[in-house]
Formats: sequence, structure tokens, C-alpha cells
Amino acid sequence: MKNSLPLILIFFSLLFSQVFVFNQILFLGAINPYLYIIFVFLYPLKVNRFPFLLYSFLLGLGIDFFSDTGGIHAFSILFIAYIRLFFIKLYFRKNKTDYSFFKLKSEPFGKTFNYVVTLTVIHHLIYFSFANFSFENYNTVITNTLFSSIFTLLLYFSGSYIFNKTE
Amino acid sequence: MQQIIYFFQKFKYFLFFIVLEAIALFFIFNNLSFHKSKFINSANSITGGIYNTSSEISEYFNLKKENKLLAEENIKLKNLLAKKELINPEKTFVVIDSIKFYQKYTYSLAKIINNNYAYNFNYLTLDKGKNDNIDKEMAVINTKGIIGITDQTSKKYTRVQSILNTNSRINARLKNTNYFGSLVWNGKDYNTVQLLDFPRQTPIKIGDTIETGGKSTIFPEGILIGKVQEINTKNTTNSNINIKLFNDMRNLGHVYIIKNLDQLEIKKLEANYEE
Repeated sequence: MKNSLPLILIFFSLLFSQVFVFNQILFLGAINPYLYIIFVFLYPLKVNRFPFLLYSFLLGLGIDFFSDTGGIHAFSILFIAYIRLFFIKLYFRKNKTDYSFFKLKSEPFGKTFNYVVTLTVIHHLIYFSFANFSFENYNTVITNTLFSSIFTLLLYFSGSYIFNKTE
Repeated sequence: MQQIIYFFQKFKYFLFFIVLEAIALFFIFNNLSFHKSKFINSANSITGGIYNTSSEISEYFNLKKENKLLAEENIKLKNLLAKKELINPEKTFVVIDSIKFYQKYTYSLAKIINNNYAYNFNYLTLDKGKNDNIDKEMAVINTKGIIGITDQTSKKYTRVQSILNTNSRINARLKNTNYFGSLVWNGKDYNTVQLLDFPRQTPIKIGDTIETGGKSTIFPEGILIGKVQEINTKNTTNSNINIKLFNDMRNLGHVYIIKNLDQLEIKKLEANYEE
């Protein structure tokens, strides 16, 4: 319970900040940061993955409820939540015994950067492909993915820089 | 049996993942078809309530613009009244039988509490619902023109399928003529919509006004939509026309919901015809 309280707080603050702040930005008409996916980066790595997958799904579904997008957010965040482990193994070379000690803050910046960028771009590509739902205008999907990813990553890295400084 | 249990043990996370993804896909496909999205929409009491509170705060920033809009509408109505007086110079006329007076549409007021325009499938949320006699398939307009069609209702809130939704098809015509086509949106620009199936030989020019056609049971005829911006004259039987909306879909406040009192009767008749 002691550990799960901050996670519940993070869950709801990400949900409401995404719905009421980041979804309203619409820079140049369509570009939004999708910062709620940092839930996937922040959730601690554990051997039992059921709660993590379920909470990611629920976070996505909560955002879908607000923005009338069916289940697109749920689908895309669940996808990166599932493949997270694969990329952690690939970039950080961790195995089961390291899981409880793994912290993104203490890893070198280069590896963290690769990891975050990969997951963000995958999420945004899936999200915009489903939001478009046809192969027409596919170039707008690509440009939206590109610009939104840059926006999200900029916010994430500046945010993590600021929060790590104060500690 | 052992094999099956071993299989589930080994792939339990993957199977869980697949089940959740299947649920998400089910919601996505449900949401795309009109009227079927019962599960995930913003017209439920929780999300609607939260949006309502947030819009009560943000509404103050638009008061000036709303006032201006109301004043404009008043002027329009006053001009209409003045014209009426000109047409009927004798002020008094005898009402023969007031029972025979027949009303076709009722109007009611609602406020937009959530507005989307940046996606391909855009929806709005209104603060009126079944308790206020709002139902599916009713027209939503404001002073400047059309906005959409109601899609899902809960007790207190309604979801509206915006005209900026690639699923929308609305009957539209050239103003004061009977040349009509159907209005769709290609998902590119929130200011322009497209008019399809418009006969090529019609005398249409850039700047002409487009209004609703009255051939559907939802919209009354003559509600403004926009003006012609670009006419595509390639070698096709139907010309593709870009229309600039009168409404700024980014900035909407209060809207009117129009109920067609004859809708059921017309639908019944047409259903018989199809059989």
C-alpha cells in the first residue's frame, strides 16, 4: 500500500493533465503532446506484470472516455507497456534479478534516450494510424507522429531534468 | 492437460495482453459506427460531469464573443420581422382555426462542454440529455450554421457527431435552388468541408452560399453551411467542391438542438417503401 499510493496519484494526475491540459494545446492545429505514456516509463519493473498491463490499459481507456476516441489510447499504451520489457532487455541488458533495482534515473542518458524515444515513436505511430483509420492521408500520420513525438519527448526530458535537479 | 497448463503458464502475459488488446479493438470498431458506441463515449455521467464543471469555468472567457453572437442573431431576426410586416401590410387577420396550426420543428438550447476538431472522427459533448427530451438523430446548429447530429444520449449529457467527422454525410444544396449534393469531410482542414455528387452542369460560382437541403429527416431546409471556396473541374461526372464553413469550429459556445416532430412518421413511411 505504501508503494502503490504514489502510483495511484501519478495515474490520476497523468489522466487529468492529459485530458484538460495537453489535449487542449493543439499547436498548429493538430499537434499535441501525449505525455500520459510516461506512466509506462515510471512504473517500477516487477516480475509480475499483470497489474502493470492492467493499469496501463485502464489509463488509456480513461483518456478514451474523455476524448471520444473509442479505444485507441488504450490499444497503443497497452502495446508499449507490453513491449517495454523487450526494450529494457535490449538497451539496458537486465535480467530478472535486476528488476527490483532498475531505475530509469540512474541509467546513463544515452541508453535512456534510446529507450524513451523508441517507445514514444511506436506509441504515437500506432495512435495516429488508428486515429486516421485509412491509408488515405498517410503522410499526415507520419508528420503528426514526428511532430507530436518531438513535443512529447521535449516535455519529458525537460521535466525529468528539472525533477532530478531538485532532489 | 499438462501441456495446456504449461502453455498457459508460459504465455500468460502474452495471452493477457492479447485479451486486453482485443477489448480495445472491439471498442475502436464500435466507436467508428454511428449509434453503436454504447460503451466508450464522453456522454456518461462521470466524464460529462467533469467536463461540465470545467466548462463552467472556461465559459467566462467567451462571454464577450457569445454576447456579440446573440446581438447578431437578434438583428437577423428583427430584419426578418420587418420583412414580414412588409409582406403582410394589413396588421390584423382572422385566425380561422388555431387547431389546424401545425408545428414541425422544436428548438431547444444547450451548451457545448467538450469540443474536438483535430481528429478524423470528431465529437462534441452537450450538457443536455434524455431528461431534456434530447434523443438520437437530432440536428445541432448555432447562429452561424450547422454543427452536427446527436449520436448518443445519457440522462444529462449528449454526444454529437460533428460535421468534422469523416463518417458524417449531410444533404446540402445551393442556396435558393434545388441542386443538391452530400456534404462530407476529408479530415484535412477544420475550416473546409467537401460537397460530393453535385451535378456538373449546375451554375455554381466561387462565393456561392450552400445550405442544408431538407431532404433528410434531421435538418430543416435552409440552414446555412458555408460558401464555395474552390471548384474542382477535372474530368469527372461530379465536381468536387470545397466549402468554407461559416462556423469557426474551434470556438463554439451555445447551440440549438432541433427536433423534427415528423421524423418517426417519415421513417415509417420510407421503411414501408423499401420493402
